Amino acid sequence: MKPLKIVAVSAGLGVPSSTRLLADRLSEATRQRLAGDEPARVVEVHVVELRDLATDIAHNMVTGFPSPALAETIEAVTEADGLIAVTPIFTASYSGLFKSFFDVIDNTALTGKPVLIAATGGTARHSLALEHALRPLFAYLRAVVVPTAVYAASEDWGTGGSGPGGALTERIDRAAGELAALALGRAATAPAAEPADDAFDVVPFAEQLAALRAN
Amino acid sequence: MQFGIFTVGDVTTDPTTGRTPTEHERIKAMLAIALKAEEVGLDVFATGEHHNPPFVPSSPTTMLGYIAARTEKLILSTSTTLITTNDPVKIAEDFAMLQHIADGRVDVMMGRGNTGPVYPWFGQDIRQGIPLAIENYALLHKLWREDVVDWEGKFRTPLQGFTSTPRPLDGVPPFVWHGSIRSPEIAEQAAYYGDGFFANNIFWPKHHFQQLIRLYRHRYAQYGHGTPEQAMVGLGGQVFMRKNSQDAVREFRPYFDNAPVYGHGPSLEEFTEQTPLTVGSPQQVIEKTLAFREYFGDYQRQLFLMDHAGLPLKTVLEQLDMLGEEVVPVLRKEFAKNRPAEVPDGPTHAARVAERDAAALEEVAE
Repeated sequence: MKPLKIVAVSAGLGVPSSTRLLADRLSEATRQRLAGDEPARVVEVHVVELRDLATDIAHNMVTGFPSPALAETIEAVTEADGLIAVTPIFTASYSGLFKSFFDVIDNTALTGKPVLIAATGGTARHSLALEHALRPLFAYLRAVVVPTAVYAASEDWGTGGSGPGGALTERIDRAAGELAALALGRAATAPAAEPADDAFDVVPFAEQLAALRAN
Repeated sequence: MQFGIFTVGDVTTDPTTGRTPTEHERIKAMLAIALKAEEVGLDVFATGEHHNPPFVPSSPTTMLGYIAARTEKLILSTSTTLITTNDPVKIAEDFAMLQHIADGRVDVMMGRGNTGPVYPWFGQDIRQGIPLAIENYALLHKLWREDVVDWEGKFRTPLQGFTSTPRPLDGVPPFVWHGSIRSPEIAEQAAYYGDGFFANNIFWPKHHFQQLIRLYRHRYAQYGHGTPEQAMVGLGGQVFMRKNSQDAVREFRPYFDNAPVYGHGPSLEEFTEQTPLTVGSPQQVIEKTLAFREYFGDYQRQLFLMDHAGLPLKTVLEQLDMLGEEVVPVLRKEFAKNRPAEVPDGPTHAARVAERDAAALEEVAE
């Protein structure tokens, strides 16, 4: 059985970071959901800290090409069966670093990708940034975003039980379940990845000419 | 194998003096650089085409016409000619005229340009970039090969009974390179026509260009123009040399750090590691350039970018002396070693006329 690959991208800046903590919790919950009923299934979870790639991302914006380390991360993200994208909310939206990372990825590379969106913030007042900023970003990229987006405000880390909308752990579990289901579906139907060297899929020239004449 | 230089034609402030050359100074400097290229034994001078500041070369055949009159051997080319926004009829006329003036020492590199607003300024839509490149070149190709052309397309006024004059010199059109940084469609186009493919690899890592060139060679053979090894490949390079490599690094660093395109980005060290840029001794330039053959196969033309980022003319001329005296003679010798006999040399008008005549004789014999 091919291993299932889950990649979590954390745009947290602090060390330690609550954004990373949320990414870890979501990754682990997803891994458990995937592995739970199928002991033979291998699940590979990989968490990326964009902080470590901050200058590489800035350089990519200036030069137009990724450093080897950034290229490796982009490849891991684009090949994943499921993506967990977690950002701190800065000035009412995703952080610039988070946006910049997705800006340097080819805008067709995440088409059809199951994505779980999540964010952290000082107060719960900014939780709809997930719906107003992150969800449209991934909709533009034609990714498939799971219905439950997970927001963790400072107070959530100290709240148990089931408050309005459910406690953080419940939301994590629900979102992880949704991502696991989509990732499984994708892994079952996705064609085997083409070798990287045959990456170009070119329309034969005669067809390109004919298409112009048809107009 | 041909060696030469290509220029972007940027007017850039010299970061070490704060002085910005005037457009007139820069244009005169480009001409001096072209004449120097012939003097030091290089084969090719190519100029970019731009229609916005800080670039000056908007009118390549005017510039190349002057250089043609002042040189004997140099092949005059472009890097690139905008096939998307220029009228293909005017390209056909301008370059055929230049071909006559220069007694055949002309070829041309097609490109799509990299400045968005140039499309609307010339009445075109950037989203049609690839279709424009395909249709316009199809017309240009026809205009150079058929004396009377009837033509109708998507982008340009139709032509009825049109003859592009002057006809190409000796009935053989200028050799065409198709330049691309990222589009496999252009590699496919070059392969379809059996034209050259120029991978302007100077700002990006090699892996991407290996894929493009592999695609081009493969499709060139599939279209029946020869073996993959016979496809016509050109590559870029970017170098700054001093006898002592530390001196080269010290002198070039401020120009690198402030350069258009990649300045204020990665360090000089990171960039030289990841792209063809070489800042060091002539020997280091030789080693890095020779490695291109291992990555891309035996190829036909190597062009170096030598004069951008505000480097003063005096420095550029010194660089060309070193390139012509210390680097290119070694490269010629080394690239010739173990080069299979079937791999063609860089394209010249004389060779293309001979090839055409040989093909005609063969046809008569049959």
